[in-house]
Amino acid sequence: MPGSIDRGGLFDAGAAHAWLLAVAEAVEAAGDRLTELDSAIGDGDHGANLRRGFRAVAATMDGPDPETPGELLVKAGMTLISSVGGASGPLYGSAFRAVGKALNTPQPNPGADAGQLAAALTAGLDAVRRLGAAQLGDKTIVDAWAPATDAFTAAADDGGDLARAASAAAAAAEAGALATVPLQAHKGRASYLGERSIGHQDPGATSTALLFRTLADVLGKQ
Amino acid sequence: MKKLINSPDDVVADALAGIAAAHPSLRVDVKARVITRAAQTKVGKVALVSGGGSGHEPLHGGFVGPGMLDAACPGEVFTSPVPGQMLAAALAVDGGAGVVLVVKNYTGDVLNFQMAAELAAEEGVSVETVLVDDDVAVQDSTWTAGRRGTGATLFVEKIAGAAAERGDSLAEVAALGRRVNAASRSFAVALTAVTTPAAGRPGFDLPDDEIEVGVGIHGEPGRSREKIRPAREIVADAVAAILADQPLESGEEVIAMVNGLGGTPLLELYIVFGEVASLLEARGVRIARNLVGDYVTSLDMAGVSITLCRADAELLHLWDAPVNTPGLRWGV
Repeated sequence: MPGSIDRGGLFDAGAAHAWLLAVAEAVEAAGDRLTELDSAIGDGDHGANLRRGFRAVAATMDGPDPETPGELLVKAGMTLISSVGGASGPLYGSAFRAVGKALNTPQPNPGADAGQLAAALTAGLDAVRRLGAAQLGDKTIVDAWAPATDAFTAAADDGGDLARAASAAAAAAEAGALATVPLQAHKGRASYLGERSIGHQDPGATSTALLFRTLADVLGKQ
Repeated sequence: MKKLINSPDDVVADALAGIAAAHPSLRVDVKARVITRAAQTKVGKVALVSGGGSGHEPLHGGFVGPGMLDAACPGEVFTSPVPGQMLAAALAVDGGAGVVLVVKNYTGDVLNFQMAAELAAEEGVSVETVLVDDDVAVQDSTWTAGRRGTGATLFVEKIAGAAAERGDSLAEVAALGRRVNAASRSFAVALTAVTTPAAGRPGFDLPDDEIEVGVGIHGEPGRSREKIRPAREIVADAVAAILADQPLESGEEVIAMVNGLGGTPLLELYIVFGEVASLLEARGVRIARNLVGDYVTSLDMAGVSITLCRADAELLHLWDAPVNTPGLRWGV
């Protein structure tokens, strides 16, 4: 696996590559659990959709990596948009695209430090919020992604390296996903259930926690 | 759960191959997942494009043909199609007069069609979107994603399709589609849960003696869980829910659809229609036109949806206009 994240501890194309492949593996393993969660309050296709999407992402990464992690993430986002469908396709696709674009703004960045990745992950959150019009507490992806970016940013501001920031973000995302259990859904298909959505963990927040856990695993291996 | 499939992953592709083999009047691109009419759109005719998750057949692909849709984009089972499909469809069927996208109000459909509309506009296609949200089981509030789009989708596609065929402009076709949606209300009841090929088992547990009231067309649980009762009482509650949302006065006319969700015998659908007819007759509301059968299904779910569209002379005229599709055909 071409993970080359020990070059000064930066998030480079090799790290992005390793992250996306790790997400594909994690989604493959967790697909049934995601589908089960989605069956309770949605229509039971979240696991299958993400599997299809990240298989497609993995299939596009056979060639040599681009110069920057941003390009790789933008491409992954486009692949998700064009292969997943449902709400999670545009939402995760736009998120990855936004993270990738932010990493390469104002100029192409071959290796991001913790602060730069924190800003890019926040741009991803903004994209999800804008497209899905979801607020914190609506029982969506945002409930895991928002605390994760907060934790990532706080750790980076505190002088933490990528591994520490990602680890804090993963823990915060998992706590955020768990905290969706008592919430009533206000967005997406689960919102149709009203109060009956209470008592179930949100599948979108759960898959988001998976994204941040794999990021922490990959960045922790340096 | 037994299914007549080859593999869960191939369900949509295999079904599209079958649709192509069965209906030479359609052009089916199995790879791009776009169904269009075999004949090119007439120059100057507004084109209608719809789409949504698979599993609702004959919606939408079965409604492609003269008098109704120009193209349909099937997604994975119960999963919205992706923007590239709608873009390809719009580019294929635009006759220069623009494209109306008919979208059922689900977050996934709305987001993917929104992206497609932006891409089509960038390619120079004029696009209008008609959002269908007729299901009264779900409250329309700022705190939910809004009402679901269900049975009225067929009404919108038929009537807007007829308007496009007679030469209405893009704005007129879209306005008519929105008018049909605004005049329509639906309510559904499920007797069994739905089983998707990927999951292989029912999406929720529904005991033998219970029904899901206000169920959606993706097997998503509905408003409440109740004991099974005689059809007369269940239909009375469903019609009451519709009328509570859109009262119908004595002397008004409706187009009424009693729609099977996929696993309901036609015999039972007629029982339901009989109850709907007598309830409306008692109120002095005339059923001017009707449909009874499986039109907007939810795979193998047993259950029924009732849709009432308040009709006027123009809507009835367009409803009666010729239509020639695999799923709906008259006047030809």
